[in-house]
Amino acid sequence: MQENRASFTCIVCPLGCSLVVFEDPGGEDNLLVEGNRCRRGEEYAVEEYRNPCRSLTTTVATVFKDCPRLPVRTRGEILLKDIFRAMQQINSLKVEQHMKPGEVVIQDLVGTGVPVIATGSTRPVLEGCSNVRAGFKY
Amino acid sequence: MQRTDFKVDTVVIGSGPAGMAAAVAAAEEGAGVCVIEREERPGGILKQCIHDGFGLLQFQEKLTGPEYSYRYLQMVENLQIPVLTKTFLLEIQHKENGFRLILQNESGVFSLNPRAVIYAAGCREKTSRQVFLQGTRPAGVITAGTLQYMINIQGYLPAGKCVILGSGDIGLIMARRLTLEGAEVEGVYEIKSEPSGLTRNVAQCLEDYRIPLHLSHTVTEIHGTERLTGVTVARVDENFKPLSGTEKFVPVDTLVLSVGLIPENDIIESLGVELDSRTSGPVVDQYNMTSLEGLFVCGNALHVNDLVDYVSESGETAGRAAAEYAARGLNHGDSNGKRVNLTPGNGIMYVVPQQWKIPMEEETVFYFRSRETVFRAELEVAAGNQVICREKYPVLRPPEMERLVIEPYLIPPGTKEIQFRLRC
Ligand SMILES: Cc1cc2nc3c(=O)[nH]c(=O)nc-3n(C[C@H](O)[C@H](O)[C@H](O)COP(=O)(O)OP(=O)(O)OC[C@H]3O[C@@H](n4cnc5c(N)ncnc54)[C@H](O)[C@@H]3O)c2cc1C
Ligand code: SF4
Repeated sequence: MQENRASFTCIVCPLGCSLVVFEDPGGEDNLLVEGNRCRRGEEYAVEEYRNPCRSLTTTVATVFKDCPRLPVRTRGEILLKDIFRAMQQINSLKVEQHMKPGEVVIQDLVGTGVPVIATGSTRPVLEGCSNVRAGFKY
Repeated sequence: MQRTDFKVDTVVIGSGPAGMAAAVAAAEEGAGVCVIEREERPGGILKQCIHDGFGLLQFQEKLTGPEYSYRYLQMVENLQIPVLTKTFLLEIQHKENGFRLILQNESGVFSLNPRAVIYAAGCREKTSRQVFLQGTRPAGVITAGTLQYMINIQGYLPAGKCVILGSGDIGLIMARRLTLEGAEVEGVYEIKSEPSGLTRNVAQCLEDYRIPLHLSHTVTEIHGTERLTGVTVARVDENFKPLSGTEKFVPVDTLVLSVGLIPENDIIESLGVELDSRTSGPVVDQYNMTSLEGLFVCGNALHVNDLVDYVSESGETAGRAAAEYAARGLNHGDSNGKRVNLTPGNGIMYVVPQQWKIPMEEETVFYFRSRETVFRAELEVAAGNQVICREKYPVLRPPEMERLVIEPYLIPPGTKEIQFRLRC
């Protein structure tokens, strides 16, 4: 029985209902949802049971001394079950070129077709920017 | 080009989202504004908040912390607002016609004399000194924010197996982050009977990775001499007292503390501004001005926010008002000190801003938190003994700050106090 059920906290609205999903013992592919106060919760629970997807945010190593890690994220979502494989690929990488937010770091993350993009910059300030200065004094 | 041609009349302390939004708003109003930042990079705490969920209100997009911060940095760059990084604010002195700021950086100690100061220095984490823990002080006891800095900025994972004490958002986010990076999170222990973090974080940071959340539990003892070897956890009663017989030893090398944040206000406290014991920040009016004329506070230095969008909003308010103050020496009419006090009544933890200066000219945004989780809550706002507005909420939770806009025409003349309270 255990494997045929799962529980989630619904995050569709602030009420945060505790949902339980069962595989209907009678029906073939039917799922039963309990604990929801509305339809949206039911749809959420079924989606979370069948194909939970998440965006992944993490960091990548770089060769730059003053910026050892570059923050990155997936552009879009991947399956939750692929997350650890995705982390392995991202952690095997070392960024050697300067990057800024939006630039692609990995074209296709573990065969999902989803790219990984930089969310931060390897440079301390915007490129060509002159208004941010260290040690400046009036 | 570096702008050195203008006179600095408004100085912003801190380049986090509050400070940057304030600087942008002040510059747009024509102020000669500059930003002081002690770190090498502008951006504040958002630099290490690499997870997403920021900016849904300001940009209608789900951004990560660095992306949100980058948007503001671009605005700061377009307006050519000078940001002095690696520069510390050491002291603020109040003078006849403004302030004297004592600053220090590689080029030495120097001072600026602005008419208006916007203090946006953020908050700091409560540490093990603020939570009562028995035992020695071995290595391996660390705050969630410090750990976040080490992992996300320095790229160093100092933990193998850990326990997280407190279910605040940073702790929840770090539970996921540690798991993704290969550390083992034995569980999150929360002394209260409900999580202190957002529901979304409980679902996506703990449930996704099957990390147990132990409510009504706490860590009672720390073990180990040089390095942490384990902690004792126990269930607590309604008064948060550990129940004897429920103690359990958990072998871990790291204890992560996520027990709350407090506004960072040491520097302005010394100026004697009036403080609100409920927020641990200063008392402000609708312009985010403190009891000291010309000193404005915004963001987490004012009260700890859970949404960065509100942080930016409070920065804009302070920035616009500070620019006006710097130019005209006043904010909208009289400064004879007439104000209406906003007070938290039944079921409400705090209301910010705490004062509404007369004349009330514009609609004003108020932020409040409930004391407890209340389903189907009805908020009542009373001016004196007259209820001026009612608002229904499917649920109010202490971790989720609420925002309410009040139109000044609703307030009867002569009102001295406006109370936010829940109907029972
Ligand atoms: C770990 C964490 C996770 C969060 N997660 C989320 C989330 O998921 N979603 C969301 O919407 N919000 C989140 N928040 C909230 C949001 O990020 C913060 O509320 C916001 O960053 C606060 O902005 P701020 O500008 O007030 O302060 P900060 O970002 O802390 O900026 C303050 C700046 O002031 C500088 N400073 C301080 N003192 C001095 C001095 N004496 N001299 C010079 N400079 C000084 C500091 O170096 C810092 O750069 C999170 C907050 C934290 C701490
Ligand atoms: S089930 Fe419906 S009411 Fe309950 S949290 Fe989900 S969306 Fe909200």
